[in-house]
Parts: sequence; structure tokens; C-alpha cells
Amino acid sequence: MTVRSRQIFEFFVERALFLCAAFSILVTAGIILVLMWETGAFLQEVPLSEFLFGTEWTPLFYDKHFGVLPLVSGTLLASAIAMLVALPSGLLIAIYLSEYAPGQIRRIVRPVLEVLAGVPTVVYGYFALQFVTPLLQTFVPGLAGFNALSPGIVMGIMILPLVSSLSEDALRSVPHGLREGAYALGATRMQTSLRVVVPAAFSGISAAVVLAASRAIGETMIVAIAAGQQPRLTLDPRVPVETMTAYIVQVSLGDTPAGTLEYRTIFAVGMLLFVSTFILNLISNWLRERFREEYA
Amino acid sequence: MTAGQTEVRTGFARLMADRLLAFFGLLVTLLALIALGALIYDVLRDGVGRLSWQFLSSYPSRRAEEAGILAALAGSMFVIGVTAIIAIPLGVAAAIYLEEYGARGRVSRLIEINISNLAGVPSIIYGLLGLGLFVRIMGMGRSVLAGSCTLALLALPVIILATREALRAVPGTLREASYALGATKWQTVWHQVLPAALPGVLTGLILALSRSIGETAPLITIGALTYVPFAPKDIWSPFTVLPIQIFNWVSRPQAAFAENAAAGIVVLLALLLAMNAVAIVLRDKFQRAR
Repeated sequence: MTVRSRQIFEFFVERALFLCAAFSILVTAGIILVLMWETGAFLQEVPLSEFLFGTEWTPLFYDKHFGVLPLVSGTLLASAIAMLVALPSGLLIAIYLSEYAPGQIRRIVRPVLEVLAGVPTVVYGYFALQFVTPLLQTFVPGLAGFNALSPGIVMGIMILPLVSSLSEDALRSVPHGLREGAYALGATRMQTSLRVVVPAAFSGISAAVVLAASRAIGETMIVAIAAGQQPRLTLDPRVPVETMTAYIVQVSLGDTPAGTLEYRTIFAVGMLLFVSTFILNLISNWLRERFREEYA
Repeated sequence: MTAGQTEVRTGFARLMADRLLAFFGLLVTLLALIALGALIYDVLRDGVGRLSWQFLSSYPSRRAEEAGILAALAGSMFVIGVTAIIAIPLGVAAAIYLEEYGARGRVSRLIEINISNLAGVPSIIYGLLGLGLFVRIMGMGRSVLAGSCTLALLALPVIILATREALRAVPGTLREASYALGATKWQTVWHQVLPAALPGVLTGLILALSRSIGETAPLITIGALTYVPFAPKDIWSPFTVLPIQIFNWVSRPQAAFAENAAAGIVVLLALLLAMNAVAIVLRDKFQRAR
């Protein structure tokens, strides 16, 4: 090849590679456009205020109501339970692995814990329905076969490695000088961990926690299988509820023709889900950037 | 009681608290591992008895004891194969651009932020995109192709992030030596950087695809069928996949179907384990070869 033709070739290779990278922008645009298109059509028939603040969600019944709050409450309830499980235990594991555990235990435990994040969610759904719910029913009075408690706990187990691994990374990147300073003042390892290292890594840990919350809100199969499919405005974790994601699955399983209002509801709910997880992800990114700036 | 004694006591209390924190840390870590153990034990206990050649080689049936996972297994393999064909070239090329070419520009920065945001979008949203775009607007219907395109978009950010990591691990001196010999940028990337990064790239690719095999929600959303009594013939066939078949069985009230679901999960987990093992072996082999 001559030098000239090689230059032309190089130019086109770079262009082609650039197009592949820029393709991801199209994906984002596609998501936003598809969601906006169908949600716009939905909002022409249902006023935004009824959608956002209505307390009844019965789009598949004869007497239709389009208030999304029962789905939102179901989502928040299940996610809150998941966070109640994942936050304290994830943080404790992170502190243990980063500040206490010998290197060998850390090297074994961390990858094994991360297996938890790689298990397909449909498997967790089975686990919640067939194992955790019957187990809980032996000591939680009035626990229904479908409920928010069991999938919430299992979701917590699923996002646990996310919290523990990212928090551990944050704890480890706190400079050693801070720990040594605390030890020099006579602090124990616990005082150093809880009063010096954890506060120093606070923004990094919060980034992990916010990301985990976003994951819990968007999680689908566990709640679709084990939480039931009854939109209900309640904070009682023992009764069946329905999350935003489980509703989308419920409608998708039926044969709803395109262009109907029922079909559009899943895009409106999807839009709400997309916006809330997007905001949480932005917050998480912002916290992580701030953490990086502190210890760069 | 003198001041000295109090101090000794608080010192003791502080040490006890320190031990207590270590103890609870270990306890919770063990509990998490026990949860993983319980999950695996539960699935194996319920499912292994149902595993048989009949189960692997039969199509779904209304009668639990005659049902099998052949259609779902074939569907999973087919869908993942097509997903790989779409997502791997696109993802690796994007990663090469971002890592080797565009590291400086504002556009690259925008693309990077965009990709990390895409990685955080819930998978069911990709299902809605697939439903609106591939199934309806592009008219692919509920076909293997629509499912693979959807999964490819979902896998893309993971593939890009993993490939970039592998490229980043290639020492800069390798590139400089190549340039010093008069090689162009692409010659350097193609003949030096990519081969050196191959084990890392392959590992990342397999892990990304193994995640796609377990995806359920986006495929249900694009309308993949839950009852398919045949293996997909071509990319336009309707299809089902293992996780959807498992979901279908889990949602039925009869205990016999729950047993089928557990057996399906065992097969799915075995498949994932095999893929991860291949990834590890590949990495080891390449690392030893160099």
C-alpha cells in the first residue's frame, strides 16, 4: 500500500470506529424517544395530575383508573426493605473486609459474594417464592403467599455485593495516613473505622448506596414472581402488592394490542421508572466524582 | 474508685467494642455466604430429581411430568449467538475508539458519560425500547432477531466497559515500540494492542454474554412467548428462552411445575458456570502463552 492510500485507509477506520462509539448516543435517544412518544399519547387521554397523584390503578378493568401511586408505593416498599437488608449488612461487610479481615479471607470472600450479583434474577424470584416466603410464614403472622417482605429481602441479598464491594473500594482508597493518625491518638480499630475511615469515605459509600437503590427500583423478576400482581396503596409488607416493573411484565404477558391505552400505560410507567433511576444514577455519579476529587 | 481504674475499664470496654465489631462483620459476611448456600441448596434439592434426558429433550407440555426445556434451551443458544454477532463487533470497536483514539475530545467525554448512564438503565426499559423500536417500528415482530437486538443493546455498555479495561491494561511501551518501527495507529491496534488484550477482552465478552443469558424481563416485554413447542428455525421465528420458561413454570400453582422450574434453574446455572469456567480457562491459557 502506498503512503497515501494507507492514510485514507486509516482515516476511514477511525471514522468507522467513531460511528460505533457514537451508536450508544443513538441508543439513549431511542429510549427517550420511544418512551416520550407513547407517554405523550397516553397523557393526551389521561391528565398528568391523575396519573401522578391518583390513588387507584385499574387500567385493565372495566372501570379504569390511572393513578400510578399504588405502583409507586409497591416499588418503594419493596426497595426500602431491600435497602434495610443491604445497607447495614453491606456496610458491615465492607468495614470487616477492608479494616479487619486478613488479605487471604478478603481474596476468597469478595469474589464469592459477587457471585450473588451474577445469579439471574428469575432464580432469585424462585428462591423468594419457594424458600423465603414459606420460611417467613412460620414466624410472621398473617404473611400472605405473595407479599412485599420476601422479595424485598431477597432483592436486598441481590444488591448486597454492590453495596459491599463499592463501599469496600471507597474505604480502601482512604489514605493510610488518616488511619495512622487515629491510631497514634490511641484510637482502637473500631474507633478508627467508624469515626475516621467511614466518614472520610462517606461520599464514596453514599454513591454505592444510591446506585444500589436505583438497582432495586428497576429490578423486575423477583417482585414479578413473589410480590403478587395487585396494585395496592399500602405500607403493609405482608400483603400482595405490585411494583412498576411487575406491572410492565403483567401487561406484556397478556396480548394487549399496540396503540390501545392499556398498551401505552406500560410506556408511561416505564418513563416514570426511567426518570427516577436516571436521577438516582446521576446523584450516584456526582457523589463518586466528588469522592474521587477528594482523594485523587 | 480512682480515676485510673475508670480509665482501665473504659479501655477494656473499647477493646471489647472493637472485638464486637469484628465479630459482627464476620457474622454478617458468613450470613451472606449462607444465603448463597441456601439458594443453591434449595434449587438443587427441588430440581435435581427432575433432571433427566427426557427433561432436556422434550418440548413444553401442559402435563408437568412430560414437559421439557428443549425449545427454551435451543432458543437461549440461538438468541445469545445472534446477540454476540451484533454486540461484540460494535462494542469492541466502540471501546477501541474510546480507549485508543478519542481519549481527548469533548465528544468522547460525552459518549463515555452516556455509556456509563446506559449501564445503569433498568433492563426492562431496554425491553420497552425493543418493543417500540424493533417489534413495532422496524416490524421485526416477536422474533429471535428482535430479542437479540434488544439483548445486544443491553450488553453493549458492559462489553464496552470490559473491553476498555482490557485495552487499558496493555502497557504503553508496546504501542510506542510499534510506532517506532513505523506502524500506523490501526496497525498498532490491530497487530499489537488487540492480541495483547485478547484474554481480557474474551473474558469480558463471555461474562457480558453470560449475563444476557439470564435476562428475563426485557424479553418478556418485547413479547417473547411463554409457550413455544418448537425450536426456532431462523432469526424470524418466534422463540422462548430458559429464564422465560422457568418464569412460566414458577408462576403456575402446581407443585410439579415448581419442580420443573427448579430443574430448569439447575440447567441455567450449569450453563452459566460452564461459560464462566471457559472464561477463566481462556484467560489462564493466554496468560501462560505469553
